[in-house]
Amino acid sequence: MAPLLQSSQPWVEKYRPKQVKDVAHQDEVVRVLTNTLETTNCPHMLFYGPPGTGKTTTALAIAHQLYGPELYKSRVLELNASDDRGINVVRTKIKDFAAVAVGSGQCQGGYPCPPYKIIILDEADSMTEDAQNALRRTMETYSKVTRFFFICNYISRIIEPLASRCAKFRFKPLPEEIMSNRILHICNEEGLTLDTESLSTLSSISQGDLRRAITYLQGAARLFGSSISSKDLISVSGAIPVEVTEAIIAACKSGDFDLANKEVNNVIAEGYPVSQMLAQLFEMVVAVDDISDEQKARICKSLSTADKCLVDGADEYLQLLDVVSNTMRALCNMPQDFSYDV
Amino acid sequence: MLWVDKYRPKTLDQVIVHQEIAENLKKLVTEQDCPHLLFYGPSGSGKKTLIMALLRQIFGISAEKVKVENRTWKIDAGSRTIDLELTTLSSTNHVELSPSDAGFQDRYIVQEIIKEMAKNRPIDTKGRKGYKVLVLNEVDKLSREAQHSLRRTMEKYSASCRLILCCNSSSKVTEAIRSRCLNVRINAPKEDQIVKVLEFIGKKEGLQLPPGFAARVADKSNRSLRRAILSFETCRVQQYPFSSNQAIPPMDWEEYVSEICSDMMREQSPKRLFQVRGKLYELLINCIPPEIILKKLLSELLKKLDEELKHEVCHWAAYYEHRMRMGQKAIFHLEAFVAKFMSVYKAFLIETFG
Repeated sequence: MAPLLQSSQPWVEKYRPKQVKDVAHQDEVVRVLTNTLETTNCPHMLFYGPPGTGKTTTALAIAHQLYGPELYKSRVLELNASDDRGINVVRTKIKDFAAVAVGSGQCQGGYPCPPYKIIILDEADSMTEDAQNALRRTMETYSKVTRFFFICNYISRIIEPLASRCAKFRFKPLPEEIMSNRILHICNEEGLTLDTESLSTLSSISQGDLRRAITYLQGAARLFGSSISSKDLISVSGAIPVEVTEAIIAACKSGDFDLANKEVNNVIAEGYPVSQMLAQLFEMVVAVDDISDEQKARICKSLSTADKCLVDGADEYLQLLDVVSNTMRALCNMPQDFSYDV
Repeated sequence: MLWVDKYRPKTLDQVIVHQEIAENLKKLVTEQDCPHLLFYGPSGSGKKTLIMALLRQIFGISAEKVKVENRTWKIDAGSRTIDLELTTLSSTNHVELSPSDAGFQDRYIVQEIIKEMAKNRPIDTKGRKGYKVLVLNEVDKLSREAQHSLRRTMEKYSASCRLILCCNSSSKVTEAIRSRCLNVRINAPKEDQIVKVLEFIGKKEGLQLPPGFAARVADKSNRSLRRAILSFETCRVQQYPFSSNQAIPPMDWEEYVSEICSDMMREQSPKRLFQVRGKLYELLINCIPPEIILKKLLSELLKKLDEELKHEVCHWAAYYEHRMRMGQKAIFHLEAFVAKFMSVYKAFLIETFG
């Protein structure tokens, strides 16, 4: 394979922490895992939390630190959602890998090399319930020679018997301060200039998701060169400018249906994604003070219905128009029920 | 050759409408490398034009020599083999395809065919530009499984292959894919921009444009540049030299829809419903997509209705469009919407006039 261009490597990969102690803000899990490194004793683990908080990074880092580059290939099996993970794979591939015994722990090249293998199941919440059930006994039978790391966003989608076999760790969303530190570090390395305003914009649009923040940063750097303003970041992130959402709300408050219809048409023609629009409307509606709680509740209800419809693939224009009409009726205290519906 | 194709900008320098985006794209590929890209925007806004111009910027003139290929792929799916037919448009450096054509089997296209294409690295004598580009159309129509399979492909073969995805609404593309691409929003051109393009074409063709004529064409086009140019050409064929009050012919299906709409307003009865049903069938037979019919129907109705009815009608339009998406037969849901409207309107009339 031809040598890779430096710029083609995503920064997310380039700046992924290589050691467990570098993982930011997740103190408990770091403490437990550093302990593991010393004693080579490790339970089954279950990492859960929102995206971009370092779950996969931590799992990969501990695996690398335990085995080193040489043994890594033979000792670690990594499966994620794009690999086939039906019940067949659990019965054959995972079971076969788990069953293999490994040599007793000897230190090789400064790595602890404990006498067990690790299976990392990334995005485990997308595994079917059957596949998860098939894992139960496998985990116990081979617990002498194999440790499982489950990684997921929603712990509620992991069946209880699996969850109870693991030590659970919740990964917290990163606070702004820690995120800015990390971003600034990358900016220094890459020779970018970022003022405080764009830094805080970046933190707010990425909502505690460090991976997203870094991806946006790289996208903006590619498009706009080395000095990045907060406007550039917003355009890369696909976020909708505040003026557009404000115009929609203003049109709703005016009570004029045709005006609102025009605004909705405008949003569609500008190509803003409606799912994003709904999310931003939601944030705005919840935050403002001049809307009563009942009105807020009505608006949120219509937002949730529209969101579901969009996921089902319904038309963006019609759904947004419906939301706007509902919002208008809520804000202008028109009756919520239709009078002519028989 | 139609004007739409004749005056399609071939390079990023010739672009009239999205100059800023074109500049950025040019900057993006100067480093001999580009990230995965996701273009999204309403139809007729110029996504495809920009993609073709971008390919030409990357690969030079060879990107324009494309050949159409119709191939059957045999895919081994566990217990059975599936035959998939797929039309691709390819040059030496890029392949363009619409994976959603395969319907519910699109997952196999992504998992097998795209993977296969992505793996093969183009051989280049100079050792430069060692990647190929896959252009995927209509990614928003891909099923969820297909989109999930796509994301790993994007990462794994990123050394030898770049994906350019193109879709109408990015809401229907999963977050996982969006976050792996550089998103490029292509907005529909503003009316004054359309006027500028029309005047440009008029100048090239040596036409006399009466003042305000281009503006009227642009106004009728719903901010779709393609449509504006098409109807501009129609006007040219119908009558030249242009007169300043020349009528701009609407699409015939649109006229038909507004006819249906006035039918519905005039009489609300089972008999009328039956007639409307026939007309709706007529539209569907002529390959007008049902959601477009419904949207047009709504916009025609909104023009004529009283303020208090608008909310109600637009709610039901959204409701039945959603049902249509979930269901199988579009005609049922279109008809249900018509029936619902009739019932609501009748109740309104009785209440108002007794």
